[in-house]
Amino acid sequence: MTALLSIKDLRTYFFTDDGVVKAVDGVSFSLARGQILGLVGESGSGKSVTGFSLLGLVDPPGRVVGGSIRFDGKDLLTGGEPALRALRGKRIAMIFQDPMMTLNPVLRIDTQMIETVLAHDNVSRTEALKRARDALVMVGISSPDERLQSYPHQFSGGMRQRVAIAIAMLHKPDLIIADEPTTALDVTIQAQILAEVQKLCAETGTALIWITHDLAIVSGLADRLAVMYAGRVVEEGETARVIERPLHPYTKGLIASVPQGKTRGARLQQISGMPPSLRNLPKGCAFRPRCSRADEACLEEPALEEKLPDRKTRCFHPWSLDDARDTRRQAPSKDGMAETTT
Amino acid sequence: MTGPIIDIDGVSKRFVKSLDMAERAARLLGANVREFVVNAVDDVHLSIRQGEVMGLVGESGCGKSTLGRIVAGLYAPSAGTVRFRGRDVAALEGEDAREAALKVQMVFQDPMASLNPRLRIDEIIGEAPRVHGLAARGEIGAYVEAALQRVGLDPAMRKRYPHQFSGGQRARIGIARALAVKPEFMVCDESVAALDVSIQAQILNLFMDLREELNLTYLFISHDLGVVEHISDRVAVMYLGRVVEQGVSEDVFASPNHPYTQALLAEIPTFEAKKKSYSVIKGEIPSPIDPPSGCHFHPRCPHAFALCRAERPPLKEIAPQRYSACHLNDAT
Repeated sequence: MTALLSIKDLRTYFFTDDGVVKAVDGVSFSLARGQILGLVGESGSGKSVTGFSLLGLVDPPGRVVGGSIRFDGKDLLTGGEPALRALRGKRIAMIFQDPMMTLNPVLRIDTQMIETVLAHDNVSRTEALKRARDALVMVGISSPDERLQSYPHQFSGGMRQRVAIAIAMLHKPDLIIADEPTTALDVTIQAQILAEVQKLCAETGTALIWITHDLAIVSGLADRLAVMYAGRVVEEGETARVIERPLHPYTKGLIASVPQGKTRGARLQQISGMPPSLRNLPKGCAFRPRCSRADEACLEEPALEEKLPDRKTRCFHPWSLDDARDTRRQAPSKDGMAETTT
Repeated sequence: MTGPIIDIDGVSKRFVKSLDMAERAARLLGANVREFVVNAVDDVHLSIRQGEVMGLVGESGCGKSTLGRIVAGLYAPSAGTVRFRGRDVAALEGEDAREAALKVQMVFQDPMASLNPRLRIDEIIGEAPRVHGLAARGEIGAYVEAALQRVGLDPAMRKRYPHQFSGGQRARIGIARALAVKPEFMVCDESVAALDVSIQAQILNLFMDLREELNLTYLFISHDLGVVEHISDRVAVMYLGRVVEQGVSEDVFASPNHPYTQALLAEIPTFEAKKKSYSVIKGEIPSPIDPPSGCHFHPRCPHAFALCRAERPPLKEIAPQRYSACHLNDAT
């Protein structure tokens, strides 16, 4: 099976007055049809810029300076703006964190949805309206006819995000890029949206890139995970195996620092220090100053390598390789976290 | 056995949007305009014991922040009383009132919005202790340095402005400012919500360290159930202004009684080795301007029956230390 999307060594730099910010610096991953990829990282790790780069939405002073993005066999970076325009909304759609950003506040929902349909398909307005209505039904909006007549401000946050998803689904795209779409929502509403997206992807075979800072959300949703730190992918692999046995010290730290019931009373394992400034990255591995396993070797930049079958990481001293024996000896804990701590 | 440090007794807070002149005129002419009344907090009882961490959870608009602000003395309750160490805060006067106000401090969600961008941080942290005479004029510098060190910041940074700090450091400054007046009780309103996971863990650890060092008591408000479960000794769950369940954290998280708590807990994203199918509570949170009759949760509740629509269920003790407001507990 060929990959639907394959990104190789993508680099997006921002040329600011204070110097070059390497927001995305050598990101590679691929995605098959119908697959869900969780792109995880903290603020400033370059996860959103990666998403924007895919659709050619990076504004100056930012620019994609290298690498390749192949979508269904075509190179998106060399195709130019017209080719991208034909893809955007039609075959690749995006859902943003703030649905108010996607929706025009002065237009009714039906106007906006019909416009989206007509942008790519030559159909009658009646037909377009019917498709808009069907899309709203699909994302679980009750009384769609009434809702089509409403303005965005008449919706609650969760409903707005549903409308944004409905608009993204209008053309049954091959790929949806979702940038923190549930971050601003309440837990119960977030669960509704997650359930909806999961169902839609399974039904329509749409591939999904779910960009988030919350590892816990994607661990229940994504097939594969890519963890980003300081503009680079530091770990990639099948979700369950990454969570169960993280290779990169950063991934391990990230998993351990999520507070849960099991950690009550105990101190949370914390990653010391803070994420580095992208203008002034440490030499070699960017995580080196915060890492407990770092030594002189880490002054060199590690490459993203396959350390275990189908498990890539960018680290000279990955966890779980030398600890593999210990992990096997312990019964795998129920929460999926190997409890090997030093 | 120590008595409660904070006792919230039947506290309510109503916000009224009164009519402006045009609307009053319109009403005189027979238009159907009325005042909006929001019962943000509706008859809440809660007592918090010395040294414990009381978690307060709920979704947006449930009144948890309003309750926190009432406890911190930023809002006056519309009804009911807040007692600090057994004394009604509203009835105190002069020195006693000042004393009680200083002993309860608040840490806000967005440190950028709660720190004056034009003040250097030594002024931000040092102002209150100076005004209240907690440190002599000549010693204020050393006092601020000690406050910064306590929250893990380098005292050499004391001449900087808030924008020169990262989000995690700003959160620490907010905590240092609250601690500068030597409080005994801290209201933390979503204090870690805006932070990245790795920084959030650092701040949560800091809260726990400070609690032991300074013998603090917390009211910890958050929408993040994972955080609350981690940090709280007891927990209260709010829905549309009312506490629907309250108890020892372990019990509540292990076996939630109220259908709302059950639904909320089922939806915490957790690490799971395999894909999770998200079960869903139906519908949205109703508008607090026009809340449903009876039990506020009944339109979304899978177990609702006639009585739920008609009558508000009281918060009753269903097991030792365990309270829930649900008619189902009487039905069996």
